[in-house]
Amino acid sequence: MGEKLRIERITKRFPASASRRGPGSSVDALVGVSLHVDEHEFVTLVGPSGCGKSTVCNIVAGLVRADEGTVMIDGTPPGTAGGRVAYMQQKDLLLPWRTVVDNAVLGLEVQGVARAEARAEALEWLRTFGLEGFERAYPATLSGGMRQRVALVRTLLCRRELLVLDEPFGALDAMTRSTMQEYLLRLREEYGRTVLFITHDVEEAVLLSDRIYVMTARPGRVRAELAVPLERPRRATDAAVVERKAQILEWLRPELVGASG
Amino acid sequence: MSTVGRRALSAVDRRPAAAPRWRERCARWAGRAAPPAALLLLLLAGWEWAVRAFGVPFYILPAPSRIAGVLVADHAMLLADAAVTLSEVLAGFAVAFVVGIGLALAIFSSRTIDRAVYPLIIASQTVPVFAIAPLLIVWFGYGMTSKVAMAALIVFFPIVVNTVDGLRAADPDMVNLLRILGAGSGQILMKIRVPAALPFVFSGTRIAVATSVIGAVIGEWVGATRGLGFAMIHANAQLHIDLVFAAIVYLSAMALGLFVAVSAAEWLALPWRRATDPGAARPESGGGNG
Repeated sequence: MGEKLRIERITKRFPASASRRGPGSSVDALVGVSLHVDEHEFVTLVGPSGCGKSTVCNIVAGLVRADEGTVMIDGTPPGTAGGRVAYMQQKDLLLPWRTVVDNAVLGLEVQGVARAEARAEALEWLRTFGLEGFERAYPATLSGGMRQRVALVRTLLCRRELLVLDEPFGALDAMTRSTMQEYLLRLREEYGRTVLFITHDVEEAVLLSDRIYVMTARPGRVRAELAVPLERPRRATDAAVVERKAQILEWLRPELVGASG
Repeated sequence: MSTVGRRALSAVDRRPAAAPRWRERCARWAGRAAPPAALLLLLLAGWEWAVRAFGVPFYILPAPSRIAGVLVADHAMLLADAAVTLSEVLAGFAVAFVVGIGLALAIFSSRTIDRAVYPLIIASQTVPVFAIAPLLIVWFGYGMTSKVAMAALIVFFPIVVNTVDGLRAADPDMVNLLRILGAGSGQILMKIRVPAALPFVFSGTRIAVATSVIGAVIGEWVGATRGLGFAMIHANAQLHIDLVFAAIVYLSAMALGLFVAVSAAEWLALPWRRATDPGAARPESGGGNG
């Protein structure tokens, strides 16, 4: 298996707000973060809010540049032109003026794929995701779960092998979320996409991932790495899952105590 | 592709297609139109009664019935004048629209133009348009051009300001999304900025069309040989107050018609805004608890 993504000791600082610190000072968002994702692998970054998970995503997507360190996607830097990864966020970011199917084809449209071909492909995926009959609906008329499914279809349709999913189900209720997780796992199994997944939900991380990086905050760094070689589907109540959840929470404990104090 | 999840989910998500019924809509519309229409009729009746009861002379305040009579008797002349004014309004509006949108795009895309031009455009609003009207007559003559310029000047401001606001209103996350997808700035403009700006452009335009009528009439008052504004000045001088009122009726009908036309264009151009109608929206089952 080849390596899809490699991040080598990246560091990112943001200017501190002047009111809180002296002029010219900065906050370390990420310090020496290294990780890698192999082809067809499902890797999760789990950590408390504010640990810089999303900054890692933005750097991989090419939105933000790391101050130090290197990022390689398929052996080359992501650059700033975009188009290297498929990216999905907690906000569905559906364009309100486009129907479901027109939102789904956005990535293909930008790439210049013929309209008829793009739509045909989108309609098939929308059917798979239980959105049949809503192709011509506007996002405002859909539920949160349906909107997020449309966003997932749009992400998949970008035809990128590496999916970067930044807390994609963070705003969904528990039931909708577990359905979305099933969808995502099936995609991975049936289409062999590579996934870099971001979450603050430890259970979600253990249920989904092949490998987990545990991040701590202030400054954001990788605290531990954990392989999860368990059969799927996994249940939250499986002993092996519970054990790993406990292990990750143990790693995060100083963090949680610090945050509440 | 598997269909397991599809079946499971579609059972939850299906909703009966609640197509809005025309009858229902008409009834709702009539329900909304009835109170102001009744009030207007009441006011007109009161006016009619007062004029008759107090014997107000028609050259001071004509009764509505007399104005209605003039509307019928002089309709050929009024229509011809209205056509002149309407063409001035439409031409002025078209000029302001094209120039305004162009300038808004320039202000949006260049920091330098933004810093240099935008403050001046705002400051220009302190100049009373009435004050410029005589100058425009001097520069462009008594013909149509001076009125077109007048209407354009009044319309220009709301269109520029609203369009700039609209272009800036696009969700930065959506812009980033397009960037990640590999889109260039041209695609971002056409796929995100322009559609996001359209509601703003329409609300600016709605304000603008109504005021453009004012612009054309002021231009005609100051110096013209045709048009409703000219007819008003002429009739006023001869104490044909009923004709003045008839011209006012035409002018407000014109402004109202333009307003309705823009609203209709908006309704057609922004079908997605209709989807957010509270009557058509479905409750969120997801968001908000993350």
